Amino acid sequence: MSAAERKTMLLTTPFHSRVEQYCELNDWGLWQGYTTPNSYFDMELEYFAIRSTAGVLDLSPMNKYRILGPDAEAFLNRLVTRDVTKIGVDRVGYAVWCNDGGELMDDGTIFHLAEDDYRLCSYMRADDWLEWNASGFDVTINNESDDIAALAVQGPVSCTILTLIGCEGLNELKPFGIARFDFEGVEMMVSRTGFTGDLGYEVWIDPSKANALWDQLFDKGRDYLIKPIGSHALHVARIEAGFLQANVDFVPAEIAVRPGRTRTPLEMGLDWQVDFNKSLFNGRAALVKQREEGLRYRFVLLDVEGNKPAEHSFIYKNGKQIGIVTSAAWCPTAKSNLAFAQVEMPHGAVGDEFVAEIYYQRELQWTRLMAPCKVIDGPLFNPPRKRQTPAPAH
Amino acid sequence: MNKYDAIVVGAGHNGLTNGAYLAKAGLKVAVLERNPHIGGATVSRELYKGWYYSNCSYVSSLLRPEITRDLELPRHGLQVVPFGGGATFMQNGDHFGSYSDYGRKYREISRHSKRDANAYERYRADTSRQTRLIRPFLLKTPPDPTSLRLRDLKDLVDFAKPFLNMGEEGLLDTIKFWTTSVGDYLNEYFETDVIKAQHAGSGIIGTALGVYSPGTAYVLLHHYMGDVDGNVGAWGFARGGMGAIANALSKSLQSFGGDIICDADVERIIVKGGRAKGVALKNGDEYHADIVVSNLDPKRTLLDITDERDLPKDVVQKAKNFKIRGSSGKLNIALDGLPTFDGLDPKNPLMSGDLHFSDSLERMERAYDDWKAGTWSKDPYLDMMIPSLTDPTMAPPGKHMMSVFVQYAPPKVEGRDWTDEDKDGFEKSVVDQISKYSPNFRDLILHCETRTPREIEAEVGLTEGNIFQGELTFDQLLFNRPFPGYAQYRMPIKGMYMCSSGTHPGGGVMAAPGANAAREILYDLKRPNTVPGSYADD
Ligand SMILES: Cc1cc2nc3c(=O)[nH]c(=O)nc-3n(C[C@H](O)[C@H](O)[C@H](O)COP(=O)(O)OP(=O)(O)OC[C@H]3O[C@@H](n4cnc5c(N)ncnc54)[C@H](O)[C@@H]3O)c2cc1C
Repeated sequence: MSAAERKTMLLTTPFHSRVEQYCELNDWGLWQGYTTPNSYFDMELEYFAIRSTAGVLDLSPMNKYRILGPDAEAFLNRLVTRDVTKIGVDRVGYAVWCNDGGELMDDGTIFHLAEDDYRLCSYMRADDWLEWNASGFDVTINNESDDIAALAVQGPVSCTILTLIGCEGLNELKPFGIARFDFEGVEMMVSRTGFTGDLGYEVWIDPSKANALWDQLFDKGRDYLIKPIGSHALHVARIEAGFLQANVDFVPAEIAVRPGRTRTPLEMGLDWQVDFNKSLFNGRAALVKQREEGLRYRFVLLDVEGNKPAEHSFIYKNGKQIGIVTSAAWCPTAKSNLAFAQVEMPHGAVGDEFVAEIYYQRELQWTRLMAPCKVIDGPLFNPPRKRQTPAPAH
Repeated sequence: MNKYDAIVVGAGHNGLTNGAYLAKAGLKVAVLERNPHIGGATVSRELYKGWYYSNCSYVSSLLRPEITRDLELPRHGLQVVPFGGGATFMQNGDHFGSYSDYGRKYREISRHSKRDANAYERYRADTSRQTRLIRPFLLKTPPDPTSLRLRDLKDLVDFAKPFLNMGEEGLLDTIKFWTTSVGDYLNEYFETDVIKAQHAGSGIIGTALGVYSPGTAYVLLHHYMGDVDGNVGAWGFARGGMGAIANALSKSLQSFGGDIICDADVERIIVKGGRAKGVALKNGDEYHADIVVSNLDPKRTLLDITDERDLPKDVVQKAKNFKIRGSSGKLNIALDGLPTFDGLDPKNPLMSGDLHFSDSLERMERAYDDWKAGTWSKDPYLDMMIPSLTDPTMAPPGKHMMSVFVQYAPPKVEGRDWTDEDKDGFEKSVVDQISKYSPNFRDLILHCETRTPREIEAEVGLTEGNIFQGELTFDQLLFNRPFPGYAQYRMPIKGMYMCSSGTHPGGGVMAAPGANAAREILYDLKRPNTVPGSYADD
């Protein structure tokens, strides 16, 4: 095989030698061209590591863009719907962005690393869109996805374990804060962020230190019952936490083919992300218009009766189909049967009651269940430790 | 004023559940507890600084998910974390691991016997068929087969339907299953001793019967019919110990305005004109209510806190004959580090599961022989767990907490009461057993709480130390629990009810008896029902 051919093969992350060793089930999946575990040893126990001890997810495949230059802030402020100036140095902000039609393209996080220096983490690849938007701004954009190794360390003892590997005083870091520590002579950046809705951190480091970081975490974390977690466990945790996922809960505008399939942030319950006080950002005019004329859809969280997840369900009101479920799971910690749904306006106010048409299969036979469900104003899983500073020890 | 709509005697988890549902329906409720703490056999206590013990019950599976969700127990602090698998150590130095991942389990059974690995699939299907039959009845009141009331007739038809749907062969299998011994049942599937032994444990836990005694196959089912997040047969730890369940229930009860009063030792139920009117405490205090619910076992309820003269003779007789034999003990141990076991890597997920040391049915039956002879087993069957490998809040970092459930220990030793020397002897037999397989175990022991049936009876009020508040044999199940004619939670005195594990569907941390009793009370009061129905199984 030529070097060029080899380059097209599936990639492995900087942690692969360790990940492979821990992946007892050999259950591999794909993530942005990288091979990563769906589960390591037991999907459910991995999920519970996130909620009861600490789970470690290899997050290296995440798309990461470095945005540098005197216009970095202005560029991002034009790109995303929120006010980027509110993200101070050493802070992280959630953000979503639209095309000119106000259609949602993606969501992600903006790390304000220093003056004129940001990192944007996105679900979708964004090289093309960022370069296109950079025109006229004094910024340089580097795709550094392959240059940084990253682990998410999530769960009630995550702070305790990271403190043991040298993150002295980490418990004082506020949610969405960034701190830096020395790790074997290189800088290790830690942000209090994650995709689990729990107390948790993301650790960013040079790939040359990836194995050492993994080894230290699992060595120091052993007494605190640290466990590796795969994407299946994360999937349940993110639904339980009420977090959206691009390409699952909405179709990113860039890849949508059929008319009417995209949504605006207002229709995805993201109005809190849209700052109309900003005079200009991509999609502003379209969103102003929609705000005046009214929404077509509303994004809601549903508490569904029974214990069968309402995956791919139709939602009915008085016998008429008014919506669809985009994500659903039985939430093992909240003990709730949660579904994310897009419903037609004017439906979907908190307290509205619908019926979810659930199909589930047992021994080849499908059963249809018409389960009552109700719009709730937030996920039932919402532990205090997620917000507390200083972070609790367990 | 000590005037309530309903009084619940005992703050065990069923009493708390019952109180919560009555309070949710708008009744003014007080739950009276003899001990300074709530929970009964569902409790966690810090007896050694930094270590928490689940002093009695230690794992959760039976707790009805419908109740957990309906009473918002997660919001009130409850989290149940499942654990993976378990193992039996063998005398020849090998072990059998029951991995939770099916692929791994298959390979492990094959290591001992290829045929057994295949037979396991048949075993699993047959056993699941039985759990499917019983699960829908857990949150239902057993129909009275002799009653002609419309409600009973309808329930009887509902009850009979799944049995009739099984066809003749299925029905015969079921009847056999409900009456056979766990040993005979397992012999129909497996050829390997250790595999039979690993599975037989669930058939004898808490039961004064041996692996070859008829009726023990049902006891196995009783341990298989629960679930964690819909995984039928899975078990988990309550984060912070089993007391977290009682604590969450108590918060739920209080959120509906219910009162919990500790150090309130009830001496007798006050009865006037054939009606319950309240309770009198040992200290002379009285609490008045037209509804009195007992969370105590049937013997204590009817022979201890009720005046015999207020009861029909047949009920007194039935209570006296109720089988409630103690057969178990427990050690809770604070450890200075992780014990190691020959042949098992400390990182193996089996370490956080249930571990056993009896590798044949023969040894288990001999352990029962000791019970019959009136002494504790010299080669005891142990259900040993290290919860601190799953829950970091049970012990300081790097230290561990061990829970050892012991089968068998008789309610009396050779016909006389337990002495402290007996208790030491019992403890020694358990520590010796574990030490045979774990060389460093003995040296790690910092503190040990040892509970024989004597301590279980004295501290928790479980007669003879029977963990289920009465044997789980067919003559004491469903419409026979506690006795025929009284299985619908109502006692012969008007306004008096039972809500404990001594009623359907029986022992274990299930909350179903408490909820079912509340539904019947609300029915009698013509109040809207607050108790949820069962989830559709499949
Ligand atoms: C050692 C042991 C291990 C077990 N392991 C498990 C397990 O792992 N998993 C599982 O599911 N189940 C287990 N069980 C069974 C389970 O714990 C019990 O079946 C269940 O907790 C009983 O609950 P209850 O509410 O019906 O009664 P109890 O918990 O017995 O509650 C009765 C309450 O009444 C109080 N009381 C007694 N007399 C009076 C009085 N006169 N006045 C006022 N209050 C009074 C008692 O103090 C107690 O709090 C175990 C039990 C034991 C003993």
